[in-house]
Amino acid sequence: MTTDLIARLVPRRSWWPATRAGRVGLVLLVATAGAALVGPFFAGSPDRSVAPPFSPPDGDAPLGTDFLGRDVLARLLTGGESVLLYAGLATLVAYAVGITVGLAAGYLRSWPDPLLMRSVDVLLSFPSLVFILLFATAFGRGIGAVVMATAVIQLPAIARIIRTATLTQSARGYVEAAVLRGESSSSVLRREILPNITRTLSADVGLRFTWSVLLIASVNFLGLGLQPPNADWGLMVSENRAGMSVALNPWAVLAPALMLGLLTVAINLLGDAMSGDKK
Amino acid sequence: MSGHVAPRPGHRVSVGVHPVLRYAVRRVLAGAGTLLVLSVLVFLATSVLPGDAASAVLGRNATGPALRELRQEMGLDQPIWVQYRDWLTGLLQGDLGRSVSSYLTGSDVSVWSQVGGKLSNSLTLAALAFAVIVPVSLAGGVLVALRAGRWQDHVISTVTLVPSALPEFVLGTVLLAVFFTWLDVLPPVSLIAPGTSPLEAPDLLVLPLLTLVGVTVGAAIRMIRAGMLDALAADYVTVARLNGIAEPRVVRRYALRNALAPSIQVFALIAQYLVGGLLIVEYMFAYPGIGNELVQAVTIHDNTEVRSVTMLLAAIYVALMILADVIVLLVVPKLAEVGGSA
Repeated sequence: MTTDLIARLVPRRSWWPATRAGRVGLVLLVATAGAALVGPFFAGSPDRSVAPPFSPPDGDAPLGTDFLGRDVLARLLTGGESVLLYAGLATLVAYAVGITVGLAAGYLRSWPDPLLMRSVDVLLSFPSLVFILLFATAFGRGIGAVVMATAVIQLPAIARIIRTATLTQSARGYVEAAVLRGESSSSVLRREILPNITRTLSADVGLRFTWSVLLIASVNFLGLGLQPPNADWGLMVSENRAGMSVALNPWAVLAPALMLGLLTVAINLLGDAMSGDKK
Repeated sequence: MSGHVAPRPGHRVSVGVHPVLRYAVRRVLAGAGTLLVLSVLVFLATSVLPGDAASAVLGRNATGPALRELRQEMGLDQPIWVQYRDWLTGLLQGDLGRSVSSYLTGSDVSVWSQVGGKLSNSLTLAALAFAVIVPVSLAGGVLVALRAGRWQDHVISTVTLVPSALPEFVLGTVLLAVFFTWLDVLPPVSLIAPGTSPLEAPDLLVLPLLTLVGVTVGAAIRMIRAGMLDALAADYVTVARLNGIAEPRVVRRYALRNALAPSIQVFALIAQYLVGGLLIVEYMFAYPGIGNELVQAVTIHDNTEVRSVTMLLAAIYVALMILADVIVLLVVPKLAEVGGSA
């Protein structure tokens, strides 16, 4: 009886991935994201030159130096949080606006509807990366435009899913009861409908975050996002490419690339597991 | 990305036009409409930034009269909707306009002459990638589906999973480290002289190609595996087996054929992906293609080139989408009967 009650009160550990691949992903994510978020507190100065450009690894700089002679390890430790932060921000904005628009469209069944459909059509008609480049052209280069563009790309799809879920829910008895009780529209949406569509909502948060990370890292790599002298894994890969030869310091490129690789593999595995993809 | 929208079942219209043709025409019209909306957005996006193209050309030391003259030459003194109309009519006649940098050098080169050769370089790379991806993922996907749950399935699924989760430039970097830094057998950049075909220097194509194939093949195998498994579990396959038809024949004649339709959609998705993936890969290996060109144009704020190249890519993208859907209907006539005339 009591255990029954506890089981009902304490939800199943939904954050714990059900598949082995998902658990591997979780461990990898904790490791890479941990390094990215905690790293800045331990790193030396990422902006100071410590040795000649592209010095190979030695005692002072365990991963050697980059094209300006800066410590690669210090930059590696400071360069990870930007991806996570900006990708997280973009995903958050996409969901915040997407949920609002989707709820309004589904509950009020009015003008946002055709607009949503058409905007998805337009966004599907060219590559996301090209869309971000266009955004950067319109609003100036820099991470602000990139985050905004990444959010805008994902927004219509989120809004459409929420809209459909809202439409289904608002025909249910409990919603009608709430309306008859005299609850206001905003209260019906917030207190009745929203709690019942969280499942639909959370299904692909992981995959969307993955998508944000990929896009933002790629734009940083293209040099159209975060600008030097910021330390960022994507940017580090592109600015140190001249050092790829054995005689120089390939680690300046390889280290940030591998960290990004681990991060994206991790969130992919976890995202798959979370969206219930029983492969 | 859920690119494809399944045709809705509807009533049949008894008109003498082939249903697939009707469907194709309708899709082309819808696609043209989408592109038209897009052209407005693209035009606005490349026009809103403060300081117009003329001052970008002349730089900070632009004097009043010179600026006015150039603005007139570029048509920037016209109202914005006239500029849009001129640009759009130009596009429809195959004229991509003049790039900002051509005004800078004073040479009268069109965007097309700058971009044409690069487009064909990109098409070469994309076609080669496609030619590798299709057979590899088809063979892999079918094999894995037939051995579902056994070790072949686990090995292939795991091995292809990792590269397909990576951003293109990360996989590219790893390949560079192996084949350039470590083994020193391939060049780190794929510079191709203007006017020469990339096919004349096959070693320059290997790394860009491997990168594109690496990031796509895993997902393709997974999707084809799923389609094949669906087909193998279908009633008609069970019936065929119960009728005593030999298993190889069941696989080939019954399952494979029906798994082909979703596979075409997978390949369409990949073709579409390549349009965007080329951007990163070309930039990474300094390959002179249309994607790299677009990145450079954005970098130097060449807005007239950005807008025309963007529309060009979007048109290719939409065309691929429509083409794929039409081919699917041709391969699976059943779909045409329910959906084509809806």
